[in-house]
Amino acid sequence: MARRIGVFVCHCGVNIAGVVDVEKVAEELRKYPGVAFATTYQYMCSDPGQNLIRQKIEEENLDAVVIAACSPSMHEETFRNVCKDYFNPQRCEMANIREQCSWVHEKEEATEKAIKIVKATVEKLKGNEDLTPIYVPVEKKCLVIGGGIAGIQAALDIADAGYEVILVEKEPSIGGRMAQLSETFPTLDCSQCILTPKMVAVSRHPKIKLMAYSEVIDISGYVGNFDVKILKKPRYVDEDACTVCGDCEKVCPVIVPNEFDMEKKPRKAIFIPFPQAVPSTYTIDREACLGLAPLTCAECREACEANAINYDMQPKIVEEKVGAIIVATGYDLYDKSNLVEYGYGEDDDIITSLEFERMLSASGPTGGNIIKPSTGETPKKVVFVQCAGSRDKQHMPYCSSICCMYTAKHALLYKHHVPDGEAYVFYIDIRATGKDYEEFINNVMEEERINYIRGKVAKIFREGDKIVVWGVDTLTGKKVEIKADLVVLAMAIVGRKETKEIAQLLKVATGVGGFLKESHPKLKPVEALSRGIYFAGCAQAPKDIPATVAQASAAASKVLALFAKDKLEKDPMVAVVDEEHCSGCGVCISVCPYGAMQRQPNGKAKCIEALCEGCGTCAAACPSNNIEMRNYRDEQIEKMIEVII
Amino acid sequence: MSFEPEIVAFLCNWCAYAGADMAGTSRLKYPANVVPIKVMCSGRVDPEFILEAFERGADGVFIGGCHPGDCHYVNGNIRTRRRVEMLKKLLEQMGINPRRLRLEWVSATEGAKFARVMKEFVEEIRQLGPSPLRRK
Repeated sequence: MARRIGVFVCHCGVNIAGVVDVEKVAEELRKYPGVAFATTYQYMCSDPGQNLIRQKIEEENLDAVVIAACSPSMHEETFRNVCKDYFNPQRCEMANIREQCSWVHEKEEATEKAIKIVKATVEKLKGNEDLTPIYVPVEKKCLVIGGGIAGIQAALDIADAGYEVILVEKEPSIGGRMAQLSETFPTLDCSQCILTPKMVAVSRHPKIKLMAYSEVIDISGYVGNFDVKILKKPRYVDEDACTVCGDCEKVCPVIVPNEFDMEKKPRKAIFIPFPQAVPSTYTIDREACLGLAPLTCAECREACEANAINYDMQPKIVEEKVGAIIVATGYDLYDKSNLVEYGYGEDDDIITSLEFERMLSASGPTGGNIIKPSTGETPKKVVFVQCAGSRDKQHMPYCSSICCMYTAKHALLYKHHVPDGEAYVFYIDIRATGKDYEEFINNVMEEERINYIRGKVAKIFREGDKIVVWGVDTLTGKKVEIKADLVVLAMAIVGRKETKEIAQLLKVATGVGGFLKESHPKLKPVEALSRGIYFAGCAQAPKDIPATVAQASAAASKVLALFAKDKLEKDPMVAVVDEEHCSGCGVCISVCPYGAMQRQPNGKAKCIEALCEGCGTCAAACPSNNIEMRNYRDEQIEKMIEVII
Repeated sequence: MSFEPEIVAFLCNWCAYAGADMAGTSRLKYPANVVPIKVMCSGRVDPEFILEAFERGADGVFIGGCHPGDCHYVNGNIRTRRRVEMLKKLLEQMGINPRRLRLEWVSATEGAKFARVMKEFVEEIRQLGPSPLRRK
């Protein structure tokens, strides 16, 4: 415990001294018990100021210091670094007499308050223990959840740096949403052409363990030391033996809709979701297959010359230990059945943007032809409705970020397919903030002669063989009615329901729209609040492919920084249970958001220091007052109250 | 001499304390009757601290935390909200006006809100007069 405390009151030029009587503060503190020395200086944070602290620690034989200056968020690190040559950094505390005093109060009252703040800080300091950082080992292996472009990029970056990656994808193939797209804005690259080389790179990378058709079912542990359980669902086809000859598919008698084609194209019960799928193998859909019910059907097994089909394959649980986790679980479209005003989107000729993407794809349900689904004819009038469910208080309040761009692309591709057709786009605002995006949209509007109507669509309904779209052109103030052959809804983007499940396993929060909550919206956009967990792609917020790739690489670089160390340093201000008096009631275990409080075999609670983030919720909740927060102990806070009141 | 309320404010490190700093950076004046104690999370505020402050004669106790859903520690603020509701009932039974205890959500960007709430709270306590437990 500190016995000879030095108090250094900063003038901060006139920022503090212009309001607070700093000499009086020093004078009052000199008389305060435990304070051996007090002085003032113009700028404590300057080199001469720091040297003054060093000099006085030596001359006055100080064993702890209070720096009364700005907010600790500004210079706590500066001053703790000065002190660490002499004593434990926990023996240095800052008293905030600028932001929360001189800048907001008038002279006399400010001086009185400054004295109280400094005295309270001295009291806290007296109770501080010397602490050393907690070190935890790091398992240098990363789990990436989700095999879309975000997960693929993150996995490749980490694996290229030489660390092992486990990439888990719940679908039979990796590729995610990007694999479903036809062409990508603003350059109109074929989406699969730029994606598939990366998919193949993943499957060939010696450092990547690809687990497709698998799901993460349990996660425990903490940064550097996560224990993960992954359920490998049975494909009933041996991935390594399958030659993708397609003989099985030909003989399979069961036809069901293909999810990859937004259920607009049929597939068999034994299927490969799309030709470039990775891993390149067939999968049996256990819900649809007749062979799994014994003796009903074995057509595929008989047709398979490679003997790859095994109806007795069982689910397998694989356990892995990893040091970091990247969540890249992607997005879903908002359910169009919520859109009452658009006829719940039930009509065949009212389709979603992803259904239109599949329609545009050469391998899609229509072989790349744009049709009016109810009749198969070429639609001569198409209405594109932006913000379907986005920027709408009835549905999702946020902007889905990419719809302006892909709608322009959709309209452009429609005009390329049907040059004599008419395309209308209803928009609220055009948001084209990416590189070359504005130019792309301008080109679409001007060169392609697409009718952009500023206004929200009020109602969509069928009238005979037409779909009627009612809206208002807010630029002319006139009501607009368009009798269209096809309506494409640019649906809001929402977090997947699986994201929520993963978030719960990880104890990470999700916000509006089901998106993962980052640690700081600006300065920590890829980090979860809990260390060792990172986000990439649309699981965090709606974003386009360049932003997703950038975020994935950012998440990967955070993982690499973590793996660059053999041991991790952690803030030592954690909870400590008085085991002798703990009654084992378990309240702390239930309130801890990090699972840091765990029950021991003897029934008593114990704080796993590596997991504890130091919030103190357990200490406040403990009914028998047997949990203390290191250097934020009850006694310290009570002493501070005593000084203030 | 006019009555000057003595108020202690528990501010969470991530939101309310940063919001109070923001009020300073923006030079938004408010009465000096409130003296802050920084805690890592509003969830750290043990009911004992609040009772201790009132017992010592505090005229008001303020707790500032992150907005629901924004808590740096997931849900500590929600627990605080429950505790404060309970404490208000308890305070009433003890003869202390529950308005003397106030919980507010102040984000790191809400300097203006912090200053406004401080002004309001000090004014409210001024109107309520000294705490019945004040030691004089």
